Amino acid sequence: MVEFFTTNPFGILILTVVKALLILGPLLVAVAMMTLAERKIMAAIQLRRGPNVVGPFGLLQPFADAIKMLMKETIIPTGANRTLFLMAPMLTFALAMIAWAVIPVNDGWAIADINVGILYLFAVSSLGVYGIIIAGWASNSKYPFLGALRSAAQMVSYEVSMGFVIVTVLLCVGSMNLNAIVKAQETIWFVIPLFPMAVIFFISTLAETNRSPFDLPEGESEIVAGFFVEYSSMSFALFFLGEYANMFLMAAMTTILFLGGWLAPFGIEPFTWIPGPIWFILKICAVMFVFVWVRATFPRYRYDQLMRLGWKVFLPFSLFYLVLVAGVLLAFGWLPTAA
Amino acid sequence: MSPVLFEYFPILVFMGIAAVIALAMVGGSLLAARQKPYAEKLSAYECGFEAFDDARRRFDVRFYLVAILFIIFDLEVAFLFPWAVSLGSIGVFGFWSMVAFLGVLTVGFIYEWRKGALDWE
Repeated sequence: MVEFFTTNPFGILILTVVKALLILGPLLVAVAMMTLAERKIMAAIQLRRGPNVVGPFGLLQPFADAIKMLMKETIIPTGANRTLFLMAPMLTFALAMIAWAVIPVNDGWAIADINVGILYLFAVSSLGVYGIIIAGWASNSKYPFLGALRSAAQMVSYEVSMGFVIVTVLLCVGSMNLNAIVKAQETIWFVIPLFPMAVIFFISTLAETNRSPFDLPEGESEIVAGFFVEYSSMSFALFFLGEYANMFLMAAMTTILFLGGWLAPFGIEPFTWIPGPIWFILKICAVMFVFVWVRATFPRYRYDQLMRLGWKVFLPFSLFYLVLVAGVLLAFGWLPTAA
Repeated sequence: MSPVLFEYFPILVFMGIAAVIALAMVGGSLLAARQKPYAEKLSAYECGFEAFDDARRRFDVRFYLVAILFIIFDLEVAFLFPWAVSLGSIGVFGFWSMVAFLGVLTVGFIYEWRKGALDWE
């Protein structure tokens, strides 16, 4: 029976599909619950009560929303490129899903344990910009077009500094495998020695996912809803799911790169009793909470401020810090040697 | 299949599952919801009045400039990835080679900055 799942091609396929569903199923439920959690947390910050009618504490609200979306008409504007218009949300959604193939929830639990895991994540998150550009262009409407342009420029600007931050972490690890990156943090989480880079990375993830205070692509008070103005029904829901799944992905990347993945804090007794996956989920939830907290706290950036922060502050600083870290590691002989 | 390629097999599976979910959601909505389109509903949204003209028009050249700058720096990051992983074995020589490269790039970056390519207003 065991051989069937490890040697037979068909068995391997079944096993992989089951594993993938075990990741994607909880992820989609988490995304649904996140929409509720976000509304609840923001309500609490603004001294409101938030959704509380559908089910106990409004817990069934996400499902009510989903059914409402499903029953709405799919509107495709006359001027739109029909194929591209429908493809864009699917692309955004699919990209947010496939990145999860390499995330190690526990030691060696990554479904695709590839040796260039972080490069894969970087590549997939860069591709996210395509979904937005295609949506904005295919809609053939002015607001989506402006939103897509803004979004593309913003995402590529912050991706550069994100790249530098990732390279800095790689210097300290000596491997691109995500499992190895977490293992390298057994003595100390990278958030402590690389604190400025962790801050830059977190802020860049906010910009990458078009979250407040960098939500200019969707700035509802100026360009209505940005690139998905023309979307309705499930194609809108796919964008929404994709964006939130991307936020979870970014939170997972922050956890893996800086917060020690599945490792318990300090690796000492009472904390190590709790299994790794629980720690991983707790850390992701903590990062997600900060995402919402930031949204409820800060006003939106102006576009020139956003560009200045990306190109004139983060880029030079992360470049400088990268060389500094490399120099220090080399001078003290702390570089990880090739195994 | 070679073992290295085989490690990427789950990603293919993920792609398949994601595509199935996405198609099922859009298709399900098309089947479940009543479709009743008419000309006004299908016109491009422009704050209530009829759209002035086509949306495929000229846009600010700065977006283009940002894209060009991005290509330069992103290629550089791609260049840094293998360097960062192997710095332990290439040592001091590798470090100074990269510093020289980054130095040249920094000169270009300062030039852009002075020329105002990074200013948005």
